[in-house]
Amino acid sequence: MAEPFLSIQQVRKSFGTTTVVQDFNLDVEPGEFVSFLGPSGCGKTTVLRMVAGFEEPSAGKIVVAGKDITRLKPNQRNVGMVFQAYALFPNLTVAQNIGFGLKVAGMPKADADRRVAEMLDLIKLPQMGDRYPYQLSGGQQQRIALARAIAPKPKLLLLDEPLSALDAKVRVSLREEIRSIQKKLGITTVFVTHDQEEALSISDRIAVMYGGKAEQVGTPFEIYNRPATKFVANFVGTLNVLEGTVTDAASGKVRVNSQEVSLQGKLNGSKSGDTLSLALRPEAISLGRHPGRDSSLSGEITEVHFLGSVIRVRVGIGGSTVSLDTFNSPATPPPAVGEKAEISFSSGDMLVLH
Amino acid sequence: MKQGSRFWAWLVFGVGTTYFVLPLLATFEFSLRKRRGEYSFDAYRSVFGDPNFQTTFTYSVVVAVFTILLGVLLVVPTAYWIRLRLPHLRPVVEFITLLPLVIPAIVIVFGYIRMFGSNSTLPFLATARGTDALLVIGYTTLALPYMYRAVDTGLRTIDVRTLTEAAQILGAGWTTIIARIILPNVLIAVLSGAFLSFAIVIGEFTMASLLNRPAFGPYLQNIGANSAYEPSALALISFAITWGCMSLIQILSRFAPRSANRPN
Repeated sequence: MAEPFLSIQQVRKSFGTTTVVQDFNLDVEPGEFVSFLGPSGCGKTTVLRMVAGFEEPSAGKIVVAGKDITRLKPNQRNVGMVFQAYALFPNLTVAQNIGFGLKVAGMPKADADRRVAEMLDLIKLPQMGDRYPYQLSGGQQQRIALARAIAPKPKLLLLDEPLSALDAKVRVSLREEIRSIQKKLGITTVFVTHDQEEALSISDRIAVMYGGKAEQVGTPFEIYNRPATKFVANFVGTLNVLEGTVTDAASGKVRVNSQEVSLQGKLNGSKSGDTLSLALRPEAISLGRHPGRDSSLSGEITEVHFLGSVIRVRVGIGGSTVSLDTFNSPATPPPAVGEKAEISFSSGDMLVLH
Repeated sequence: MKQGSRFWAWLVFGVGTTYFVLPLLATFEFSLRKRRGEYSFDAYRSVFGDPNFQTTFTYSVVVAVFTILLGVLLVVPTAYWIRLRLPHLRPVVEFITLLPLVIPAIVIVFGYIRMFGSNSTLPFLATARGTDALLVIGYTTLALPYMYRAVDTGLRTIDVRTLTEAAQILGAGWTTIIARIILPNVLIAVLSGAFLSFAIVIGEFTMASLLNRPAFGPYLQNIGANSAYEPSALALISFAITWGCMSLIQILSRFAPRSANRPN
C-alpha cells in the first residue's frame, strides 16, 4: 500500500462534555476519493472541518503529505474546500471569485488570469467570468465554487455536502462532473454526504460514520454487499431484516418464522438457541422458486406498488415483512395482495448482522 | 369600499404632509422677510457670507469625517467578530451601544473633562488637537447606536461564517477578509451608518460647546440667540444637509453592485 497522503490518527473532538468524534482513524491514498457517509450529527462534517482547520482536534493528529497540520490555521494548510451553501463572495464576479486564492497567494496577474480562464474551461462555463454569483443558478454557483477551490492547486480537496442544496437532476450531473474533474486532476478528495447513492456512485472508498466513529471503511461494493455492522447494513441501501433462531449451530441451521434456512459457515461462533438478525437486500430475493436459489420462505403478499419498469412487492412472513422488486412484464399481470407467495434467495446473500 | 379606503388613505397622507411641511414653509417664509416690505434671500446671503459659518461648518465636516472613520474602524470589526465568534455577547454589546441614547451628552462630556484634563495620565484637553481628538471620540460614542445597528443589520444579510471560512481556506488573513470580503458586502449599511453619524455631528451642540471647539452646533446656537431671521435660514440649511445625506444613502444604495445586497 502506498504511503497515505492524508492520515487522520486517533482524532477526538469534544465540545464541553459532549464528544462528537472519537478515536477516528483514516488513511487516504494519493488521488483517492473518499466519502464520509452518515446521518446528521454523526461527526462527519466535524472531521472534515478538523482537516480544514476550522476546528481543532481535542486529541489526535492530522497529517497531509507527511506534514503534521493539526495545529495549522486554515489559511496555512493549502487545502481547497467547497461548502454546502456555495459561499461565493457576492461582491466579486465569477472570475474574481476563482482568482481570489491566486491573488491572496500573490500570483502575478497575467498568470492568475490564465489560470482563471483554465478553470472556467474546466467547469465548462467559459463565458461566465464577468457575471456575479446572484446571476447564476445553484448548479453553476457550485461549479464556480469548485473551480475557486481547485484554482490555487491545493494538496487536498474537501467537499462539505456540496450537492445538498441542488435539485435532484443537477445533483446527479454535478456529482459526475466533480468525479470526472477529480480524476482528471488526480487530487486527493474527501467528500461529506448523507446521501448513500451519492457516496456509492462516486467514491473510491466510503467511511460510514455513526456516533462519532467510523463504523466501516471500504469500497462501495464492500460497504453495500458486506456491511460490517448492523448500522451500516441498515443505513446503506434498503434492507429486509428478519429475526432467526439458531437451531443447529454445527450445520448452520437457523429457524426463521418456523421455516428453516441453512447458513452454514456464516454463524460466526453463534450457539444453538441464539437469536440472530438476518438481512437480505431486495435485489437478492425473487418471487417464486428460482434455480440456483437454495433457500425459500413462504408468506402472503401484503402490498404491491407499480413503479413503471419495476413492481415493488411486500411479502408478510410471520411477523416480518420482506420487500422485493420484480421487473414489470407486460405479458404477466402483477401479483395481487392477499395471494400466497414463496420467496427464494441464495443463503450466500443473507447477511448475519452482529 | 375601495374608493372609501382610498379617500381615507389620501386624507391621512394629506394631514401628515401638512403637519410636516407647513412649519417648514412657515420657517422658509419667515427667513425671507429680512428686508422690510418684500421677500429676499438676505438672511441666506448673510449666513453664507459670514466667515464663522464657513469655518465652523468646515470644522464640523472634518470632525464628522474622522468620526465616521473611527466609527467604521471600531464598529465593523467588532460587529463582525461578535457575529462570527461571540454571538452570545450580542445582547451585551447591543446594550452597551444603546447607552449613548440614555446617557445625556452632557454627562459624557463632563466625564471626559474630569477624566482627560491636563493633569490626567491621558491629557487630551491639554492641547487643541487633543481636544479635537476627544471630540471625535465623543461623537463616535454618540453615533454608536446608529452605526452599530446599521452594520449589524448589514452583516445579517450575509452568511458571515461561511464567507469567512471560504476566504480563510483560500489563504486569506483577517485583514484581507474584513477589507475585501466583509466590508464590501456591508458597504451600504456602513454608508447608512456613516451618513447618520454625519447628520449627528453637524448639528451637535453640547459636546462641542463644553469642550469649547469651533463647531457648527455652537455657531447655530449663537446665531439663534442673537439674530432674528438668520436662525430660520440656518434651520433650513441644516434640514437640507440632513436630507442631502439621506438622499445620498438612497442614491448610493441604488448604484452599488446588486450583488452586495443579495446574499447567496
